[in-house]
Amino acid sequence: MKTSKRPLEAYFLFLVFILIVVLGSASFFKKWMPPLASNRISIDQMMTALFIVTGVFFVGVQGLTGYFIWKYSNQNVEKAAYVSGSHALEITWTLGTAVILAVFGVWSVRVWRKTVIQPPPSHALQVEVVAQQFSWNFLYPNQDGVFGKLNPQYISFLNPLGLDPKDPASRGDIWTKDNLYLPVGKPVVLKIRSLDVVHSFFVPDFRVKQDAVPGMAISTWFIPEKKGKYEIACSQFCGRGHYTMRGTCYVVSQKRFRKELKHLRKEDEGE
Amino acid sequence: METKTLEAHHKIPGFWRHYIFSTNHKIIGIQYLITSFFVALTAAGMAMLIRLEIAWPEHSWPLLGRIFPGAFPGGVMRPEVYAALFTMHGTLMVFFFLSAALVGGFGNFLIPLQIGADDMAFPFLNMLSYWVYLLGFLVMISSFFFSPGGPASAGWTSYPPLSAIKSAVAGSNWGQSFWIVGMAFFIASFTMGGLNFVTTVLSMRAKGLNMMRLPLTTWALFVTAAVGIFAFPALTAAVIMLFLDRHFGTSFFLPSGLYVAGKLLNNKGGSPLLWQHLFWFLGHPEVYIVMLPAMGFTSDILSTFCRKPIFGYAAMVGSILAIGSLSFIVWGHHMFVSGMNPYLGMFFDITTLIIAVPSAIKTFNWMATLWGGKIQLTTPMLFALAFISLFVTGGLSGIFLAAAPADIQLHDTYFVISHFHFIMAGASLFGILGATNFWFPKMFGKMMNETLGKLHFWITFITYYCVFFPMMFLGLHGEMRRLYDPIQYYTMFKPLQPINVFISINAFILGAAQLIFAFNFFWSMFKGKKASSNPWNANGLEWTLPSPPPYENWEGEPPEVYRWPYDYSYPEAPKDYLPQIVPDKAIAAGNF
Repeated sequence: MKTSKRPLEAYFLFLVFILIVVLGSASFFKKWMPPLASNRISIDQMMTALFIVTGVFFVGVQGLTGYFIWKYSNQNVEKAAYVSGSHALEITWTLGTAVILAVFGVWSVRVWRKTVIQPPPSHALQVEVVAQQFSWNFLYPNQDGVFGKLNPQYISFLNPLGLDPKDPASRGDIWTKDNLYLPVGKPVVLKIRSLDVVHSFFVPDFRVKQDAVPGMAISTWFIPEKKGKYEIACSQFCGRGHYTMRGTCYVVSQKRFRKELKHLRKEDEGE
Repeated sequence: METKTLEAHHKIPGFWRHYIFSTNHKIIGIQYLITSFFVALTAAGMAMLIRLEIAWPEHSWPLLGRIFPGAFPGGVMRPEVYAALFTMHGTLMVFFFLSAALVGGFGNFLIPLQIGADDMAFPFLNMLSYWVYLLGFLVMISSFFFSPGGPASAGWTSYPPLSAIKSAVAGSNWGQSFWIVGMAFFIASFTMGGLNFVTTVLSMRAKGLNMMRLPLTTWALFVTAAVGIFAFPALTAAVIMLFLDRHFGTSFFLPSGLYVAGKLLNNKGGSPLLWQHLFWFLGHPEVYIVMLPAMGFTSDILSTFCRKPIFGYAAMVGSILAIGSLSFIVWGHHMFVSGMNPYLGMFFDITTLIIAVPSAIKTFNWMATLWGGKIQLTTPMLFALAFISLFVTGGLSGIFLAAAPADIQLHDTYFVISHFHFIMAGASLFGILGATNFWFPKMFGKMMNETLGKLHFWITFITYYCVFFPMMFLGLHGEMRRLYDPIQYYTMFKPLQPINVFISINAFILGAAQLIFAFNFFWSMFKGKKASSNPWNANGLEWTLPSPPPYENWEGEPPEVYRWPYDYSYPEAPKDYLPQIVPDKAIAAGNF
């Protein structure tokens, strides 16, 4: 038996690679994403599959690299192998990777179509979201279901969104700041705008994120499926008070929702 | 012979033209490298302040209050300062450290040495490139001292309208204009360097050195330079338009109806998304500009210290070319939730997954290079091995971000920060550190201290994981980047705050460990052990010259090349390496 001339560092490096694998993959067994509270379960399903597949690669590649380092650091060997390639191996791993990525390509495009491209059901609740430094404004239409026109020319202290007073549709529209009420189980379309800079409407629990871009009105829709109180975040840096730009979304029963709107309308009219 | 030496001697200019306003590629490379290390220390210092604020938000640090009374009134960092710090940290690290060190530093130093040329094709342009780069950095850094409102603070991506309207954020006052001018200098400098590299590699290779015998380092630097030439013009156009929007009342990026800080602006017809497209049209290739050279270094270092040829050379070259060209059609994956047409999202989802294929090929080839090798764990090798690990971790997390629906949740969260600090920042940082340890003997004729080098490596590698891996969990939970205070308003992030404290403590250790490297670098330059011409028994042309090489490398007598640079453990050769200049006939003699 030859005595091993493997440097101590090889063991240590091997150990670190194994630690990366073990700690890295073990920590993913805890559910880090907040529990899903909307209908976007297809995103979570795809991400779970991604975790499994990338996890296998992660363990395999890191582990094998660590193992190779340990195994081939033995300096008793005469010479390294003069091997400069293998067509069979190279074709295998190129095609293998390509196939796995193709599966995720198709999968992710299908989920994208389902969540982002597919139009909302016609009975969905419409809410205008207007972002500004550093708050969220929400606008519900009056009974006619039509929003009044927004025109920044009319912005004032009492009319912070610039609802056009000459537009009859604007009468009775309900404006609320920072608190968004949604009825549980009903599809909602958010039409997102911004008055000043780019913001981003983000509710981690809903898997919903959409930038608010000045000059554009961008719609996104989902169904809130669990009653509760959820935090609305601004996820695009928007200036000094970016970290303060938090809203709250209350997902409530239909009955409670109608009550809240009535209450808000009274408040608006009181002004 | 006599006259030739005299002539060569004549060509060495005096101190100023030799070391300061030098047209010599080796000096320019070293100037770039050392300057970029100072940039890195500055930007790393900013990162320390950022981590201090995130872990202990709005905490009062009396000492900082005394040193920077304006930025830390009462010892508490102002939110504007926080924004300026993450903006400048990103800008300086990506452009003025990583790009400059990899391309300006190693590109200049290595390309002529690896292709057997005496200098670059355009030495004067090369000198200009360095000085314009330095000027750009000085403009950037001077915004801390001279611009009312402080430095730019709209993020390194500088999205308008935030970056275009003075009243939107303090840094958009004058700081953003400094940023634009600094970037313009950088782009000019990078373009000069790029033209030079492409020309040099194409037209000045030694006899026998065809493209498929080039070291992967040169291949990577060559493609990088070409990518830069094609990608940067988009940013040039963008910063000019931004400048006009800011100072001359145009509306390239500003739509009508903007209402900022209580005032209605009279801009009309612009689009904020236009900037995002132009920025990322550069921004994404830029990621590969800092990635490709590090991949090249790693390939060469791995092969050398495995004493084994690089596995799949042709596939490696193909991957470099594929990554370089595909990098131009993936930019939209930064914009999945930006409001661009959602059908475009599908396109960029697919292209981004495609670019993962050549990246995977490279990883497998590196692993296969390790297989059956005779691994020597020198400091440069340790960094190269860690590079593989970081690259894999960063690459796999990238698949989540490429898949558009997953990106809805992860965009602009710490998951992204983790991802790009592993792959773009981390892997290329480790590439730079490995390459510095590897080529230092050639640069200065001295060896770097191995003990200090290894100490530096171990602390850096372990704390790097401890800093950036936990960020994935923050991101999955939804914690956003760029929050001055993550817990004062968001109750959902409060339970995660211990993770932030853990990250910050490791970040401070990581930052401090870089001082070991800085010390080792400068100490070894003067006091290091003397290096032989080929201390690692490597095959490349650069190792056939003395360390450091003469002023004009081969002094008009270029070498002749007979093989690729990866003939390690060649069966017929008496030693386990076979330099490129050894003809087949001379192998048996073994006198090299």
